[in-house]
Amino acid sequence: MVERLRRAPAQYWMLVLMWIRSSLAYPASFVLMLASSMLITVMDFVAIVLMFSHIESFGGFTLGEMALLYATASMTLGVADLFTGAIERVGERIRTGTLDVYLIRPVPTFLQTAADGFALRRIGRPLQAGVVLAFALSNLQLEWTPAKVVMLVLSVITGSIIFAAIFVLGAAFQFLAIDSAELANSFTYGGQTLTQYPLSVFGKEIVRAVTFVIPLAFVNYYPVLYVLGKPAPLGLPSWIGLLSPLVAGAMVALASLAWRGGLRRYRSTGS
Amino acid sequence: MPLGPDTTSKWERRLPCVYWAIGVRSFRRFSTYRIATASGAFTNTVFGFILCGIYLTLWHERPGLGGYDVADALTFVWLQQGLLMPIGIFGATTTVELGERVRSGEIAVDLYRPTHLLLWWLSVDLGRAMFQLAVRGGAPLLVGSLVFDLKFPSNPITWLAVAVGLVLGILVSFTIRYLVALSGFWITDTRGMEQLALVLSCFFSGTILPLVVFPGWIGEFARATPWAATLQVPVDIWLGRSPDGIGSALLFQLGWLLVLLLAGQLTTSVATRKVVIQGG
Repeated sequence: MVERLRRAPAQYWMLVLMWIRSSLAYPASFVLMLASSMLITVMDFVAIVLMFSHIESFGGFTLGEMALLYATASMTLGVADLFTGAIERVGERIRTGTLDVYLIRPVPTFLQTAADGFALRRIGRPLQAGVVLAFALSNLQLEWTPAKVVMLVLSVITGSIIFAAIFVLGAAFQFLAIDSAELANSFTYGGQTLTQYPLSVFGKEIVRAVTFVIPLAFVNYYPVLYVLGKPAPLGLPSWIGLLSPLVAGAMVALASLAWRGGLRRYRSTGS
Repeated sequence: MPLGPDTTSKWERRLPCVYWAIGVRSFRRFSTYRIATASGAFTNTVFGFILCGIYLTLWHERPGLGGYDVADALTFVWLQQGLLMPIGIFGATTTVELGERVRSGEIAVDLYRPTHLLLWWLSVDLGRAMFQLAVRGGAPLLVGSLVFDLKFPSNPITWLAVAVGLVLGILVSFTIRYLVALSGFWITDTRGMEQLALVLSCFFSGTILPLVVFPGWIGEFARATPWAATLQVPVDIWLGRSPDGIGSALLFQLGWLLVLLLAGQLTTSVATRKVVIQGG
């Protein structure tokens, strides 16, 4: 087990490198796809900017503060999508039975499906999120403390892990219901859209749901509230964002159980 | 097999039936993806609720924004979520397939058929659109109307105009996607073009934000593009918010459709003259 985990990063990197080399075979096409990938993902932020041509604040957030929320939501989903997003293609492999190939290779099936067709152009989303983050940080006159820096950096890492776990959960569900790939979009891309906005505008029930049921609020909302010095909703303590590593750990454990369970259920097509 | 003059005219007389049959089979083909359809409708509904939360806040901060009241904005959300797939705002399986056939050369089979390329794929796309409209179009609207107070057209004339506007919207969207797919005759890899078309379609159709909210010249430009004719215009007909009345809204769609059909026909004839099929 320990040995397998130790070898995993190198194995994953090897698979990823193979796909990168293949995508760079057509450099012009790659640059075009990267540019349009950045364009597509930046549109959500353009929508927010267009909204702010009519309003001063959105649910108590200024444009700069919204930019910070947007950047962290887009960054975390982008990183998760880059590293594990391809796993949603497992449904296609289950239907056609080509998952068999992955089961007999001496590399964990999870790593192979996560790296399946690794698309470097997906780095477009984190890249544009980085640009918006720079805009947000230069726009906001924040009083930085070490605790705030730790909170922000930590939230980007743990937020990515939470989204990655959701991608894996969605993929695991496809062992039960083939063709349900779009269902996971509700929680991944839907989760990103939700977390781009101050969650309090969606009402107390939603805040409760994304705190205790699907812990999307820990991706960026609670950490950003702490960085901006805003109080947490529902009477929760302001440091609640610091719990995000624990939440991420729980999500990973859950996703890992679901993936194993799904893989055990896999019956090939028999062809 | 050489077709005699008699057989050819018989074929031509039966062509409308052929296109109808293609459409029906395309409809049936899409009806087999049951779980995919259900999970898609679920996702549309989740996004509907998220967008309602956002728009409720936006219209609370600025009541009457863009000439919409709160009920208009919420109805816009649920109509949009139901119509994204039928109209093919993010692209559609059918036209993506056409692009792949151009890339792989399988398009030769399509050109060999005694049917018109554009009409063949139009029938395929309409079959898809009608299935997705029937099954997915109403589901989010139904859920939305249980939770929120939504607007529905009150008289039969408006219902008729909505139906016509929707069909025109789907046709305009098809002709754009058809042109994108045929671009593969000149640039071998259409994926870049498809991505660019996706950006333009999302932005100018009102998908990321209703076009009525777009300020100043961006708004005026966006509302004049063919993408506005795909989603924003039919939704405005439903809401009774067409700026210059229903008649000019439909004329706007029809105008773009004619221009794009002409472009499609022209591109088809230039492309088919240019095509070289590798023997083998």
